[in-house]
Amino acid sequence: MTLIQTTAALPAAPDYVRILPEIVLSIFGMAIMLLDPLIDERRGQRLLGGVALAGSLVAVVATLFQAQQQFWGSGFWDMVKVDAFSIFFHFVVAAVLLLVILSSYEYMEVQQIRAGEYYGLLLFGAVGMDLMSSAVELVLIFIALEISSISTYILAGFRRRSAISTESSVKYFLLGSFATAFFLYGVALIFGATGSTSIPRISAALTEYISGGGGPLLAYLGIALMFVGLGFKVAAAPFHIWTPDVYEGAPSPVVGFMSTAPKAAVFAVLLRIMFQIEAPGRIWLIWIAAALSMTLGNIAALVQDNVKRLLAYSSIAHAGYLLVAFASLPENGIPAAMFYTASYAAMNVGAFAVVGHFASAGERYVTLEDYSGLGRRSPVLAAILTIFLLSLIGIPITGGFFAKFYVFSAALQANLVGLAIIAVVNSAVAAYYYLRLMVVMYMREPRDESPVPAIPSRLGIALGLSLAATIYLGILPGRILEYAARSVALLR
Amino acid sequence: MVPLSYYLILSAILFACGVTGFLIKRNIITIFMSIELMLNGVNLSFVAFAVRWHNLSGQVFVFFVMVVAAAEAAVGLAIIIAVFRTRETLNIDQVNLLKL
Repeated sequence: MTLIQTTAALPAAPDYVRILPEIVLSIFGMAIMLLDPLIDERRGQRLLGGVALAGSLVAVVATLFQAQQQFWGSGFWDMVKVDAFSIFFHFVVAAVLLLVILSSYEYMEVQQIRAGEYYGLLLFGAVGMDLMSSAVELVLIFIALEISSISTYILAGFRRRSAISTESSVKYFLLGSFATAFFLYGVALIFGATGSTSIPRISAALTEYISGGGGPLLAYLGIALMFVGLGFKVAAAPFHIWTPDVYEGAPSPVVGFMSTAPKAAVFAVLLRIMFQIEAPGRIWLIWIAAALSMTLGNIAALVQDNVKRLLAYSSIAHAGYLLVAFASLPENGIPAAMFYTASYAAMNVGAFAVVGHFASAGERYVTLEDYSGLGRRSPVLAAILTIFLLSLIGIPITGGFFAKFYVFSAALQANLVGLAIIAVVNSAVAAYYYLRLMVVMYMREPRDESPVPAIPSRLGIALGLSLAATIYLGILPGRILEYAARSVALLR
Repeated sequence: MVPLSYYLILSAILFACGVTGFLIKRNIITIFMSIELMLNGVNLSFVAFAVRWHNLSGQVFVFFVMVVAAAEAAVGLAIIIAVFRTRETLNIDQVNLLKL
């Protein structure tokens, strides 16, 4: 009823500012799609990449503009909400998009992929992710989730003449839609239990139920089903089986994109849902998923020979560490989770940019064997990859260290000693396979002595930026953490 | 009037049929159809709850689900064609270059 009654009026002007980054990205995305057939293919690659790059830069500016206090608050009849929290995730998504576009230039030329749809879909996917992080209405969350998922399904299969790329795309598509159906069923049950699809209203209705004695079983079942759906999207165990296959087959820059930006956005949705909707027992749900993800991800990563698969299992493990923050108290857990998404995004995009550059045409060089002697063949590339790997382990002065530190201390403050111990043991186990890759790079004889192609300037900028972000977060984490802490109050 | 629980049970059965089909069928197109069945099971729940609460947003949600399902079908079938072109089969057991 409410929807029909209120849509009679037109939205107010500030409402459009509240979705400004999304509008910008959509316009640039459409411009790319329109330009693509008009310009000739060889020159098109660079030009369209430039337009996409401009789009992501304007999106950053739009987010800055939106961050002014006067635009904070809900818009479009409580569909979207601009607050410190959503602005944080807008930045993460826009930054990842920028880095991925920069690292795609060379990849597109080497792999001979047509650029138009590629850059367009990256931007459209980012629109979905931005909307996800600012949506407070389950209808909009669902649509945003699908915008981002459908774009990434296609992107995963972008090397469409390669059998493994299409196979990864079809696996991602089938399991992703399967997960969406679970998410949707969860939404339906919550709607049935509370009569609303708006998160604040659902949380109010549930609080009322709980204070009145018994809670509605339907809503708890709904939240569990939503967690199944979202757990699939962030690759948390036991819903992680698709991850290694998809990451192995998909183009490397795309993996860098989809292992960070959509995950950050889905974690934003999970933060809103899990910390706003009071459902007893949710801690245990997260507890089990976190412990399983960390353990299964790390153990499986120990035996991988393919670097992309190794990083896929490592991303499952990182989803587990992140979920530890979700089981903690909101005042420590939320900032820790936000900090973790940001630093994970920086280091993972960087790592996949290196992998994509080294893989060369047809993604040929992706096994551990191929990496032997990389330290001699290309000292710069090996050094950069080493820093990202050290950050993934969680060595001090990299972002990964403080990310893990805050998550673990949040878990301890919430008296989750068991989970904290599992997490610490796991990060020790994880060190083994990251170090193994480093040992292979520096201590083995190279199989072939030919030098690796030099790093092109744009890829160099991307690597430099993600290195800078990783180290900045490792040396001066204070400002980001303070900003994240401020959004806690807004979320409750 | 038919009680609400009947609709919900039917919807749960449809959803379960979809899940079962997804898990046991081997043809990619049939698996995809099972997913559509799951979505339609959910749609039935939405409509039933919308009547129960006298709240139209449940019905509106169903329209959005249909739109998204259509978009998903377009993309999904394109991906399936790309798979068929490279592998000449739609049996999920034979699409196994990447070990699961």
